[in-house]
Amino acid sequence: MREIAVVAFHQSDCLAQAGVANEVELIMPQLRAVFDQVNLTNAQDVDFVCSGSCDYLQGAAFAFVAGVDALGAVPPIKESHVEMDAAWALYESILKIRMGQAESALIYGFAKSSPGELPIVLSQQLDPYYLAPLWVDTISLAAMQARLMLDQGIIAERDMAAVVSRSRRNAMSNPHAQLHGELSVEAILGEETLVSPLRRADCAPIADGAAAMIICTVEKAKAWGVPYALISGIDHRIETHNLGMRDLTDSPSTRQAAQAAGMDRGAVDIAELYAPFSHQECLLVRALGLKDETAINPSGGVLAGNLMMASGLSRVGEVFQRIIAGEASRGIAHATSGPCLQHNLVAVLESA
Amino acid sequence: MSESQDNVTGMEAPIYLQYNFTAGRAPTRFLTRIKQGVLTGQRCPQCANVYIPPRGSCPACGIATEEEVVLPDKATVQSFTIVAIPIPNNPIKPPFVIANLVLDGANISFIHLMSECENADVHIGQRVQALWKPEAEWTYAMDNIRYFRPIDEPDVPVDMIGKVPVTGPATNPGRAE
Repeated sequence: MREIAVVAFHQSDCLAQAGVANEVELIMPQLRAVFDQVNLTNAQDVDFVCSGSCDYLQGAAFAFVAGVDALGAVPPIKESHVEMDAAWALYESILKIRMGQAESALIYGFAKSSPGELPIVLSQQLDPYYLAPLWVDTISLAAMQARLMLDQGIIAERDMAAVVSRSRRNAMSNPHAQLHGELSVEAILGEETLVSPLRRADCAPIADGAAAMIICTVEKAKAWGVPYALISGIDHRIETHNLGMRDLTDSPSTRQAAQAAGMDRGAVDIAELYAPFSHQECLLVRALGLKDETAINPSGGVLAGNLMMASGLSRVGEVFQRIIAGEASRGIAHATSGPCLQHNLVAVLESA
Repeated sequence: MSESQDNVTGMEAPIYLQYNFTAGRAPTRFLTRIKQGVLTGQRCPQCANVYIPPRGSCPACGIATEEEVVLPDKATVQSFTIVAIPIPNNPIKPPFVIANLVLDGANISFIHLMSECENADVHIGQRVQALWKPEAEWTYAMDNIRYFRPIDEPDVPVDMIGKVPVTGPATNPGRAE
């Protein structure tokens, strides 16, 4: 099977409000940055383009089509889109390369979440007969999940606060983070709950922005003469939409995806986990069986800044950048979608 | 379960979501200027094509557009159709003309209405000019221009449509800054 190399990644700052910028204006600087990393002119120089976005977030119909204006699609290009996080656009692109239909691919994800009420907007991804009409928001669903974990003694509120505290501290070295700084466990536990038992700091902030990545075959990476990291495995699994049928204190889909992606075939130096709520990081660490030798979310993770439809791709990008920088030789990136970690993707990255 | 029941063929589940929508930087600039009666495009720094209305990028080159270009309100018909069916809730009565127009100094067309013309005489290459609404009615909208109407200028050859330079003073009703 053809080996896949990541050769470029860039993401925007996580902005609480990107002002009047439209999707094209959010995407273009990220595309320019990844093209420059590999010395490419525009999307004509890659074989395939795939993006991830969701028009519901900003309430702009066909924003994902408008995004193509950022690419340079004259003459026409091979392009695809997933109404999902761009981590799944990465997955599609990897399949495209492995099938021999492309040597290289540009992947990008973007969202303006600030124009709408994100937790309410996301309620409309639920079952349309029973749940969506109730407008059950994502924070409330996550709060019920946290309550289950606390009640069963799997975690304590102090564990959740420790996740937040570490996220904010790690994010101090992440120039794109939205929330960063020293915040003690005691200070967090002293805050009022937002949706019990979740405090505001337990929930990822709402942000606008975009991220982009270029992948290719190893042969292409060598031809381009740029540093690269290998994606040695990637897999994704989904659980039933019926929340009542799931064990919300575990994530078997994440565990299966990690096994299929080959996580256990070597040491895991770093893990970038897409946990929009603090208790979900605890849950994912347990589900994956990660040990102390694995640095969890050295970027600060999405609790420090969450670009909907791009944060999953950014997890892969964060691991890529640390491997390129020599800070790690092997790591995993996780992406999630749906309520309470319903759908999960795990990628394993290794130094070349 | 032998109890008979009606088929459920529908249920009420209205969706209402509120957004603080923004037009984008380039469209915001365009809309602000058209409210002043000025047509403003953007030029690609690479291929030099002028786009109006602008979206902040050159879709052909995939690069950001910054330079603004004020354009006149004279245009050339690139293509057209005569619509014989009414548009629901639209005051325009058929048959009316929808045309792909290229402003002088611009390189891509936009769609607008044509009127004050014999529909049968409308043709590709025809020269037209905007008829603006009264200034008091100008807002952030393309229909500040009520429609385009023919003017007495020679036709533009087909291969020159989209390549017509700006000649003479812009005849926009608004004020250029």
